[in-house]
Amino acid sequence: MDKEFLEHALSYNRRKFLSKLSLGIGSVALGSLLIPDLLSGIGGDSAGDFIPGIPNFAPKAKRVIYLFQDGAPSQLESFDYKPKLREMMGQELPASVRGNQILTGMTALQKSYPLAGSFYDFKQYGRSKAWVSDLFPYIGGIADDICIIKTIYTEAINHDPALTFFQTGAQQGNRPSMGSWVSYGLGSENKNLPAFCVLLSKGKGNGQGVYSKLWSNGFLDSIHQGVLFSSSENPVLYLNNPEGLNKQERRKMLDKLAELNDLSAKEFHDPEITTKVQQYEMAFRMQTAVPDIMDVSRESDDIVKLYGPECLVPGTYAANCLLARKLSENGVRFVQLYHQGWDQHSNLPKEMAGQAKDVDQASAALVTDLKQRGLLDETLVIWGGEFGRTNYSQGKLEKDNYGRDHHPRCFCIWMAGGGIKPGMVYGETDDFGYNIVSNPVHVHDFHATVLNQLGIDHTKLTFKSLGRRYRLTDVAGNVVRDIVS
Amino acid sequence: MTGIGACHSSSEKSIASEDIPDVVSYNYNIRPILSDKCFKCHGPDANKRKANLRLDIPESAYAALKDDPSLHALVPGDPGASELYRRITTSDSSEMMPEPKSNLKRLSPYEVALIKKWIKQGAKYEKHWAFVPPEPQPVPDVKDKAWPKNEIDHFVLNKMEQKGFAPNPEADKERLLKRLCFDLNGLPPDIALMNKFLADKSPNAYEKIVDELMARPQYGEKMALHWMDVARYADSHGYQDDNYRTQWPWRDWVIHAYNENLSYKDFITWQLAGDLIPNHTEEQLLATGFNRNHKITEEGGVIDEEYRVAYVTDRTNTFGKGIMGITLECAHCHDHKFDPFSQKEYYSVFAFFNSVKEAGLQSTVGGPETYAKRPMMQISNSDVKNILKFINKQDTGRLIVSVMGDSEVYRRTYVLKRGNYDTHGDEVFPGTPKSILAFDPKYPKNRLGLAEWVFDDKNPLTARVLVNQMWGEFFGRGIVKTEGDFGSQGELPSNQPLLDWLAVDFKTHGWDMKRLVKEIVMSATYRQSAVITPDKLKNDPDNVLLSRGPRNRLPAEFIRDMVLASSGLLNKTIGGPSVNPYQPAGLWESTTSGRGQLASYRQVHGPNLYRRGMYTLIKRTSPPVEMAIFDASNRDQCEVQRLKTNTPLQALEMENDPTMLEAARVLAAKVVLENNQPKDKISEAFRRIICRKPTEKEMSILVSYYQDQLQTMTEKNADKLISVGEFPNPAGIDKITQAAMMKVIDTIYNLEEAITKT
Repeated sequence: MDKEFLEHALSYNRRKFLSKLSLGIGSVALGSLLIPDLLSGIGGDSAGDFIPGIPNFAPKAKRVIYLFQDGAPSQLESFDYKPKLREMMGQELPASVRGNQILTGMTALQKSYPLAGSFYDFKQYGRSKAWVSDLFPYIGGIADDICIIKTIYTEAINHDPALTFFQTGAQQGNRPSMGSWVSYGLGSENKNLPAFCVLLSKGKGNGQGVYSKLWSNGFLDSIHQGVLFSSSENPVLYLNNPEGLNKQERRKMLDKLAELNDLSAKEFHDPEITTKVQQYEMAFRMQTAVPDIMDVSRESDDIVKLYGPECLVPGTYAANCLLARKLSENGVRFVQLYHQGWDQHSNLPKEMAGQAKDVDQASAALVTDLKQRGLLDETLVIWGGEFGRTNYSQGKLEKDNYGRDHHPRCFCIWMAGGGIKPGMVYGETDDFGYNIVSNPVHVHDFHATVLNQLGIDHTKLTFKSLGRRYRLTDVAGNVVRDIVS
Repeated sequence: MTGIGACHSSSEKSIASEDIPDVVSYNYNIRPILSDKCFKCHGPDANKRKANLRLDIPESAYAALKDDPSLHALVPGDPGASELYRRITTSDSSEMMPEPKSNLKRLSPYEVALIKKWIKQGAKYEKHWAFVPPEPQPVPDVKDKAWPKNEIDHFVLNKMEQKGFAPNPEADKERLLKRLCFDLNGLPPDIALMNKFLADKSPNAYEKIVDELMARPQYGEKMALHWMDVARYADSHGYQDDNYRTQWPWRDWVIHAYNENLSYKDFITWQLAGDLIPNHTEEQLLATGFNRNHKITEEGGVIDEEYRVAYVTDRTNTFGKGIMGITLECAHCHDHKFDPFSQKEYYSVFAFFNSVKEAGLQSTVGGPETYAKRPMMQISNSDVKNILKFINKQDTGRLIVSVMGDSEVYRRTYVLKRGNYDTHGDEVFPGTPKSILAFDPKYPKNRLGLAEWVFDDKNPLTARVLVNQMWGEFFGRGIVKTEGDFGSQGELPSNQPLLDWLAVDFKTHGWDMKRLVKEIVMSATYRQSAVITPDKLKNDPDNVLLSRGPRNRLPAEFIRDMVLASSGLLNKTIGGPSVNPYQPAGLWESTTSGRGQLASYRQVHGPNLYRRGMYTLIKRTSPPVEMAIFDASNRDQCEVQRLKTNTPLQALEMENDPTMLEAARVLAAKVVLENNQPKDKISEAFRRIICRKPTEKEMSILVSYYQDQLQTMTEKNADKLISVGEFPNPAGIDKITQAAMMKVIDTIYNLEEAITKT
């Protein structure tokens, strides 16, 4: 948006601005997408010093795709190679390593904490010689495109608070989701699709739920809420016209509606009426744009081969990865995927193999696909769960079977594109995979870094609600400069 | 470049006049500036205080600066000698305040001028307005003596006249009736009521309608909806597995309490401490369910104490926000940064709620025995028959509700450092923030004592906060716009004499809710038309001066109720277990952990499909989307004020939700069968939905659309259209006619006015 226009707009208050727009400077729908909080119902509360729609500095990334592995995949069977655990298989976790770590109620009463080495072998990949387990050969294959962080850590050890922390920057409370913050901060890049879209899939492993509050707008305007896309007939809630009413008929109805609403606008002069008409128009555009996006029939064989045949099965992780690329390509700021089933308290070797099979090829394909389209530079891809898993077995340790409990002190995520250094492994953990030895990355640091790549100073992206200016990073967070190119 | 917020407040200034007042008020002019720009580092939070300087209390602000005793932040009467003034005006970036790195905007020239004048006039501090008990207010004189209908109007008109505004004329009778019906019952008027009111030319016709609506049981439902948000009521436990809970008898009690016009004092006292009242009744015990509506974990493996503390925290925060209108929760981890509440005081309030005989994890997902958590009460069919008659218990099964009950042993309370459950600081004892009102030692040191403190005549907040919430319910905006924050970062009241008069009046008349509500709706202020003249749009876009009537989008639940009522589908049953009406497939299934009663959605059939919106089952991790799209609370935590947004998803829901389409189909059949002329059919539908007769122009648009549809509708499309929903279609109706009318009615349902209180 042009700066002069924005300044002009800002010199008016919300309603004045809207009445101006209705006089013809631009459409209200456009205004609402670009500076959505002008339309907020509680204007004063939204009074922040942050000006939505303008990055603080030149962005590296324009869009984010977050591949959330819900339930917390084990770092020890994926990207944090710990041969020592195999050597010490069955031996007790040394108290000096555990330190003062509080354990969850699931293993707190366990009589012994036998160390469990990975059932799966690791290989080194790429120029960075990154260690990746045999469960993830495709991701290993893109090792030179990604940055693996082995030292991310969190404060929560239960799923709900940990997930909520990753997604909103706070363990409790009704804070806006990361995607909502980004939508609020940068606005939308297109007129036909929401700025923040959510896609769900399920693996066969032990599942933990997801919650709609994870993509909630919190105290931000609900235009910033994540819009859930589903693989059902209605990819967006209530998107389809009822049977027996086609597009032409809908158009006809909307024209009548606009005529009638206009009469009301003339009587009451309430700007909300004009806004309402514009929202119906955007809904109408979405009715065309969304099915176009969902249609994978025009994807080439090469693409299907790249993502794997599952990408043609709606609702699978692979199909969602392909859809994420298409949404992102069409200007959706933030695409949030969740793949459930990563909570391996028991039967880890078997369950994790299934989970990895669900996601390995498609995750790598997404990165490769973006790269070949020249979009990886401006798209930040993130892969990871809400915490890590213990190096000792939950329950009985057998040669080919064990489980792992929750572990907040260190785990792995990876990022690709959007100005993150490719082909890098960041941070070191101890030989037990239990504690961080160097370069810790807190969840707040991770958030600060993501915002930084989008051109946003995380300390400046604020919103005032009930007397306090809130941030995604609360009162903490440092950009991890080492991984930023 | 300024932010949007600043633009917004400068627009408020255009109402409040841009000029520097003759006498600068600390509360109105200065504190908002200092609070926003200075208190973060020079305010109540001792840990974050810089240069050992406090600007929120005069003793520190006048004193010699620790860093340089030759200087003083404030020298009353002498801006030039005041270091504060120098720092906000200097262009030296190493000295300027707020510091550039704070990310806070510099003071505007207007703000600087205010501070200068304030210092000149002696830099006098005042106690924060909201912490001084409201005084009885003289009713102000007004020039236009004919307009006011009661005291409220004197206060409102007085302010308007000062600013050169005049009130709107009274709204027409049809719109007034719609406004009243939604505000008092949450439902549209039916045609009989419309006709009756239009025909009644008696001078007290309006009052008669008000009384009639307030006597209906739907009054309790309407009033209860807001309280459900405050009390974060839901039908599931929340957290990981989010299984079912049976807390609905508490909701039935709230409806009952409003209908019985329980005084606000009893309403709150019972909810806070019903279990501690000597010889308490079953009803009083049930009321305490309020403090058990919070989320409760059923995730195996959690640390018990962590969650027990989370529950106590939730109660404390809900008490602060919902009843006291303060952001007490900000002192959970540290001293409050803006308001004079220390972290110690936070945990003193926390102490009242800390002795509940409860566990963090009582049970994991299971059967009916897990639908409430100890302490709980059991409600038998004989209880329902004899004492708790208002509970809509429909079977003979065991019914349990989580309620309050303290253990025999007092649980010691400590400050929790940084809010962490396992890092104890100093021990604290039950008490209240002394800046509001110190806790009288004669009160018992338990929740009953806390309730006495809440209703202490000297408590400055209770009455103001409640009347303000109610004002917001009717006008769409509180007199204090930040309904949950009366602290120094909250908005100042737009008309403090009015707020204080209402508060004192409410208290002195026995905290009588119905009386308060009636007073509001009887006022001329409330009865004004909602037309926004260009002048008012320009000079008072947010209607701060109340020179026009409220025009607000209906809350989510009432949109559903409007659709069901106008089509004749509404089932008016009050209370009982919540129900699952139509919902897009797969929403619960795609988010669930797979455990518990609510893992998959089981839609109801028959009359329960058509219950009011407030009875739709709220599963916290996947709350009803029909409601969420229209800004309903997800009941995760206490909420006093909903957003009111306008989005494309709302348009899609109104267009394509089977609930809306079925209502259009059913209403189409009704008007087609009961009328002969197209105009009469359309007129009846329009009146039932919009609650007024259509204008000629509107009628001609709708009739031409109807004719067009009659001509173009195919049998095949008609068949498809009228197949929506489970409600049986009448036999022998002409499908084409019905489908064409259905589309006309659908259009009417999609009008902005349909979902707007006009």
